[in-house]
Amino acid sequence: MKNRRNLVKALAAALLLGVAPVTPAQDAAPDQLVKTVTLEVVELIAKDKEIRAGNRAKLVQLIDAKVLPHFNFGAMTALALGQNWNKANPEQKKRLMEEFRTLLVRTYASALAAYSEQKLDFRPLRAKATDTDVTVQVRVLQPGAQPVPIDYSMEKTATGWKVYDVMVGGVSLVANYRTEFNNVVRDSGIDGLVKNLSAKNRSLDSGAPASK
Amino acid sequence: MRAALVLLLLAAGCASTSGDGDPRDPLEGVNRRVYRFNEVVDVNVAQPVARAYTRVVPNEIRDRVRNFFGNIGDVFIGVNNFLQGKFEEGVGDWARVAFNSTIGLFGIHDVASDMGYEKHNEDFGQTFGRWGARPGPYLVLPLLGSSDARDALGTGLDIYSDPMGEVRPYHLQYGLWALRFTQLRADLLDASRILEEAALDKYVFQRDAYLQRRRSLVYDGHPPREKEPEDEEPQKPR
Repeated sequence: MKNRRNLVKALAAALLLGVAPVTPAQDAAPDQLVKTVTLEVVELIAKDKEIRAGNRAKLVQLIDAKVLPHFNFGAMTALALGQNWNKANPEQKKRLMEEFRTLLVRTYASALAAYSEQKLDFRPLRAKATDTDVTVQVRVLQPGAQPVPIDYSMEKTATGWKVYDVMVGGVSLVANYRTEFNNVVRDSGIDGLVKNLSAKNRSLDSGAPASK
Repeated sequence: MRAALVLLLLAAGCASTSGDGDPRDPLEGVNRRVYRFNEVVDVNVAQPVARAYTRVVPNEIRDRVRNFFGNIGDVFIGVNNFLQGKFEEGVGDWARVAFNSTIGLFGIHDVASDMGYEKHNEDFGQTFGRWGARPGPYLVLPLLGSSDARDALGTGLDIYSDPMGEVRPYHLQYGLWALRFTQLRADLLDASRILEEAALDKYVFQRDAYLQRRRSLVYDGHPPREKEPEDEEPQKPR
């Protein structure tokens, strides 16, 4: 209820300021966006026999098309790199973003593949209409256990709301990669990290997960 | 036994130079050794058992088993909520035990959740944290896995105080513990596969996730902002 009021307020403000109205996809409130995209993806997976039978390539494709446009990978990679981001040259930054993106899509695919019929509870957004940085909360309900909270940190950009971090059960994905990335950069530099990430992605391509 | 301990300490001494110097993990050398040992046990015993369990036992029954042990856990989840001064939550936990143990047939049905009594996640480690205890050095406990000084003490108390310790005869009690851990491991099969895929260095990834997760739990999902880790990390000369 409150979200709709926020939306109305935002719209009113936009009209008042004489701002040109943006396209529907872009002016969707962040919590509505999360809900729409999540439900759509869950439904598509439920309907797809191949994905349910374990076709990972097809699942990755689906995520690529439906989910990825709502993520800001530049911001995610920069946050995961921390201070090391500034030490990278543009070419390295580009490579890092590509490899990190591939890794995250795979992780996301694994998480989705593990999803069964748990109920989802989309929490109402607690934010002001003027906020440009919000947390959208979804809870995964499972019988006999405490609900698992999934928090999407989202930022308003020129092309709509974008996710720049995901917290699962209080664990920030970006923060969790920071120590790992830091260690690799300290030991073998930015190029070492690029090499490390692409090796990891290739090992996943060949099926067997490789890890120290 | 004592010889093994001495060996372990010697190994720790040798390994202490090779850590990545994370201030939260001063015992990284010995922790990594225990981690590798745990992994061998996990891959060769716990995982195969958990996989066989999920294959043989239908999902429906596994839900009942999870509920049954969850109900036992709720007793001390309530105690810990009281110890943390969260009386409403504590009363809710004990109401869960009351309803689930009776209408829910010894806990196998979680009727209390449907009645609006949400399940909580509390333990002595979180209570100590709430009282102001710092986590202390990160620890990997043999067989039990990720922990820290505060939580190791907490876990000891959790196990010591668990109502299942009263069960006699002993072989029944041990059977129940075995089933409880099997159920727990089975529930984590997906998570461990994701860890396998997501991490560059599983040890570091799991450690950081554990520390973040525990911090979040101590503050019931609303931890205060902390300084960026690199601000306090001393730069190691190389």
